[in-house]
Amino acid sequence: MTKCFTTPRFTLALMLALAGAPLAAQDAPVTGTPAPQPTAQGAVEGDDGGLTGSVSDENEWQDLGIAITTFATDRDVPTQTNAGSTAQLGQAISQVIASDLKNNGLFKPTGPAGLPQPTLPQVQMPDYASWSGRGADMLVQGYVKAGADGQLTVGCYLYDISLTRQLIKGGWQFAASDWRRAAHKCSDLIYSRLSGESPFFDSKIAYIAETGPKGRRMKRLAIMDSDGANHRYLTSGQAMALTPRYSPDYSKILYLSYLNGQPSIYSYDLATDRQTLIARTGNPTLAPRWSPDGKWVLYSMARGGTTDIYRISAAGGGTPQKLTNGPGINIGGSYSPDGSKIVYESDQSGSQQVYVMNADGTGQRRISFFGGRAATPEWSPRGDQIAFTHIAGDLRVAVMNPNGGGMRHLTNSWQDEAPTWSPNGRIIQFFRTAKGSGQASIWQVDLTGRNERRLPTPVGASDPAWGPIRP
Amino acid sequence: MPAPVKLGTLLLLSGALAISACKTKPPKELPPEPGAPTSSTDTGQLGAAVPGSQADFVQIMAGQDTIYFDTDRYDIDSGDQAALAKQAQWLARYPAKRATVEGHSDERGTREYNIALGERRANAAKNYLVSLGVDPSRLSTVSYGKERPVALGSDQQAWAQNRRAVTVTID
Repeated sequence: MTKCFTTPRFTLALMLALAGAPLAAQDAPVTGTPAPQPTAQGAVEGDDGGLTGSVSDENEWQDLGIAITTFATDRDVPTQTNAGSTAQLGQAISQVIASDLKNNGLFKPTGPAGLPQPTLPQVQMPDYASWSGRGADMLVQGYVKAGADGQLTVGCYLYDISLTRQLIKGGWQFAASDWRRAAHKCSDLIYSRLSGESPFFDSKIAYIAETGPKGRRMKRLAIMDSDGANHRYLTSGQAMALTPRYSPDYSKILYLSYLNGQPSIYSYDLATDRQTLIARTGNPTLAPRWSPDGKWVLYSMARGGTTDIYRISAAGGGTPQKLTNGPGINIGGSYSPDGSKIVYESDQSGSQQVYVMNADGTGQRRISFFGGRAATPEWSPRGDQIAFTHIAGDLRVAVMNPNGGGMRHLTNSWQDEAPTWSPNGRIIQFFRTAKGSGQASIWQVDLTGRNERRLPTPVGASDPAWGPIRP
Repeated sequence: MPAPVKLGTLLLLSGALAISACKTKPPKELPPEPGAPTSSTDTGQLGAAVPGSQADFVQIMAGQDTIYFDTDRYDIDSGDQAALAKQAQWLARYPAKRATVEGHSDERGTREYNIALGERRANAAKNYLVSLGVDPSRLSTVSYGKERPVALGSDQQAWAQNRRAVTVTID
């Protein structure tokens, strides 16, 4: 099997040394980083009533018309990509950017088909008047160049047509096999600059691929890019795989496997394709979770009819620390972004409900009191919301504040469960099961409850786990 | 230990006297054994089961290798007790045999919780077998949560059949 997950030979975001307009409108870029840095992280910590503030900014930027032209090149030469020559790659990159924005309901993108193709010099000197005549608010242009070493250099420029000004630019080097990442980086640059939000396109998703009849369905560990591209199966399907979680650095995936008959958590190393048991307990372990810094792993262990949550060092070794102590089933766990708290699920009250505790297990308290059952809580990377599965007849994806207030349904279907957050906390993926057939598919919806769509996967899909933005 | 004759009679009459045996569990409208296989180990041919084999166990249990639960519950009711007593009798007859109790849930819940719930159900069945004298070292449990339904519909009847603990002996 060819390894798609080579260590990204990605030279950190060289800001392009270019003559041209100074980046007047840019938000104080950190040297070497093309995108505005996230500012939302932690800003709302402790603000439990932040719901309206975080979703009401459905403002005019969504309606911006953005023209995306075919990326130009200095020489049309073959590349080691599946897209073809540099000229073909230029078109493919523009198409990926347009799809990124369109599929997520962001802006009103047009092109690259049907738009004039800029020459390489025009990439940095757009004809504002003619674009204005076409009714575009924003213009995205760029170039792709192939280096002698097979590396690709991609530049990306965003122009404001009415202001006749460059808003931001970015440039990246990638191995040919990672060319789509350059397109996602450009999408992130545009999205962040225009919306003020943190980026999310250049990220990956681990999930469970499902095939076969309902009573004997094969469930395999699989990964893909955030747009469904670069799909790859990691396990053969001989042993049932469930509930994966990417490590924050994308080097490993924790998941549940029935490899030795008993459900147990394994760590899948993506560099070596080796798997190891995370804990030898003699009891079933399930529901693996990472701490935000990747140093800790939470798992749940069933024993004698009860289930409790434990914490161990991700590096291995050390004694597992038991964080909950019955009664009933205490399971899962999702860290707050600062790592200080854990939201989890417990049925100690008689039905599944959501609880919060400190990271050392102290201060346990229930936060869900709105009726029905509440399960699979996941803390937003922004800290201000908790996504979960609300069970009241049907299963629906919902969000609430970290104090349990402001509960809001985002979906309304027969069975939607297991939400996972986009790296910027603006979008939620989950899986939907069809009544009767039990066919599972991954969907996403944004925090406003809009732009619900199914993700393209080659076969049935469940248990999405969205990883962080890639460096 | 309950008399087997009485159990057999109960079983025969269970279709007609749906109200008689079960305290809380929703009676299945269909007898469980025809059609669908009752567990993940499909033991196939009837008739010539080797005494003490899993095929023999399935044949003699006649559906009582499986007990059923209410939604979100894991308690052993009177109907379950009768089935487990019959299982314990068989296990007493073949003291070298080991068995695994497989716990399952219906599809109307979240995946991870249902694995824990299935474990709880399997554990309840195991504990009851142990209380009847089966050596705990002969019994193991495994939960498949909602991942291995035996009834494939999405209705109350199917869900009632899927909320189950199945005893499978190890050949």
